[in-house]
Amino acid sequence: MQKYAHFKGLTIPLLLLLPQLAITLVFFYWPASQAVWQSFLLQDAFGISTEFVWFENYRLLFSSPEYYKALINTAIFSVFVAGLSLSIALLFAVMADRAIRGAEIYKTLLIWPYAVAPAIAGVLWIFMFDPSLGMLARGLRSLGIAWNPKLDGTDAMTLVIMAATWKQISYNFLFFLAGLQSIPKSVIEAAVIDGARPMRRFWTIIFPLLSPTTFFLLVVNLVYVFFDTFGIIDTVTGGGPSGATTTLVYKVFSDGKGGSDLGGSAAQSVVLLIMVIAMTAFQFRFIERKVNY
Amino acid sequence: MAQVTLSNVKKVYAGGVEAVKGVSFDIPDGGFCVLVGPSGCGKSTLLRMVAGLETISAGEVAIGERVVNQVEPADRDIAMVFQNYALYPHMSVYDNMAYGLRNRGTPKDEIEKRVAEAARILAIEPFLQRRPRQLSGGQRQRVAMGRAIVRKPQVFLFDEPLSNLDAKLRVQMRVEIKKLQRALGVTAIYVTHDQVEAMTLSDKLVVMNGGQVEQIGVPSEVYRKPASRFVATFIGSPPMNLLPGKVDGPGIVALGEAILQARDLREDLPAGTAVEVGLRPEDVEIASEGAAGSLPFDVDFVEELGATQLFHGRLAEHGFVMQAATGDVAAQPGRLWITVDPDRVHVFDAATGLRLGRA
Repeated sequence: MQKYAHFKGLTIPLLLLLPQLAITLVFFYWPASQAVWQSFLLQDAFGISTEFVWFENYRLLFSSPEYYKALINTAIFSVFVAGLSLSIALLFAVMADRAIRGAEIYKTLLIWPYAVAPAIAGVLWIFMFDPSLGMLARGLRSLGIAWNPKLDGTDAMTLVIMAATWKQISYNFLFFLAGLQSIPKSVIEAAVIDGARPMRRFWTIIFPLLSPTTFFLLVVNLVYVFFDTFGIIDTVTGGGPSGATTTLVYKVFSDGKGGSDLGGSAAQSVVLLIMVIAMTAFQFRFIERKVNY
Repeated sequence: MAQVTLSNVKKVYAGGVEAVKGVSFDIPDGGFCVLVGPSGCGKSTLLRMVAGLETISAGEVAIGERVVNQVEPADRDIAMVFQNYALYPHMSVYDNMAYGLRNRGTPKDEIEKRVAEAARILAIEPFLQRRPRQLSGGQRQRVAMGRAIVRKPQVFLFDEPLSNLDAKLRVQMRVEIKKLQRALGVTAIYVTHDQVEAMTLSDKLVVMNGGQVEQIGVPSEVYRKPASRFVATFIGSPPMNLLPGKVDGPGIVALGEAILQARDLREDLPAGTAVEVGLRPEDVEIASEGAAGSLPFDVDFVEELGATQLFHGRLAEHGFVMQAATGDVAAQPGRLWITVDPDRVHVFDAATGLRLGRA
């Protein structure tokens, strides 16, 4: 006996799947295949002649020091943004989970930043940290810290890391809070009776039980840092000063649009595509193996 | 091992809801006390106050000589078994049992010894390296028990530990819990809403209702002399029949036309006092037709339970249930004549529901 109702034949199931398949094909596979195709082409600056060059674009890419710099920038950027936004969000979630009074207000306020568009978040941070206008920049200067993200690469990186982190905390907070609330209360109580003090309880019971959430968020955050931070970088630093905040996705944009190097830009996006596919595949395998207690 | 003393313990929640309204009793060292009552009666809250998981609004809880109101749960020297087992899902069975000992800095070889011993007692040795989710309900229950006994606490607290198990396993685990508690001699407080568990496990039974204690006593006494209408109907299965009646003289009650002797009835009550008469289905005996002191019982239908039968019908114009061994009476509708031992007639005040018994 079959457990569910089944359609006879293939026609109806295919018809039902068609809209979804059409959307996927038109909006995902077609552009992706275009990018792959384009990454094998070399076009002159005016777009008059196009030549098929096999892996020339990739060879140029991997021999370009700027590309490695963008790779390192992305690594630094993603480690800091993912690390900071995850740990701060977890701290907030633990606090919110324990809050008795005003918990709802606290939660609502923490969720708000997620509704802010990346470009607007970027502008917000520009103003706060603008060397000549920004309130916070003035504060830093009065503390004797030379702060100028327009000239200093490290300052610029710090600024985009802060803006991107701030933007992502809400999202992580929501998931961590849901994760915390799904831990049975009696398990925590059992640990209390078993003599585990709060810190030990957190590290030996709560944190391990949150690990499926944490892992999911880690992957989502990395994808966020790789792609969705474009708006923040574009508004805050424009990839500068002198490429100090140019990440991989920003380089795709600036090389393709600004540099008119469509082939090289396409090759970069193919590399990015492979990275994300690898991350997602890893996530699925890990989740299948490990999660669900 | 220690005795547990509760003195006028109250729990008032924010908003003024009184969950426990001043409860006092004590449990002797090594005693097995069962708190029983319907859901919402405050029994779990009371247990959680003993555990330290709920603050005590007023009154005192003492374990041994020590008042523990302000003592952290971890320092009360208690162990608790939860309804849903509350095992640590990410730890092996061994680690689940060892966790509490590790937190207290017990030496490693001592931990190994105690876990091995508990595993032997509970017959869970083959599962020590498994995760809780790989175990059946009964096995998880054993692990939860193991986690409690390795700690060698002064008091065991059980919060409806068997209610997630199927009926057959529940009976088996009930016996095992009782045996284990006897063998270890540890004072136990056990919360349940199941009156069979309450009767079989306890040597001190506390019946609660609406945040108050209705009766405290050994199970047989609670069964034989329920202190109130509530206890009378809550303890015993099928529940006691309650029929409205009147006092008809010293030791005599009237149920409509019929007259019934009640040996335990207080003697100072004026005739005509409104009462409720309680008769347990299993105390009813068959009499010959029209025999002196017998009551007519009109049977509507009969339920077969195997060893016994339940006769449903009407007595003195009220619903009535009688239990009889299969074969004693023909299982068919019709009129029966019944009597009840005057020692087993319970009389309660119609207004307050309290037992109108001799002192």
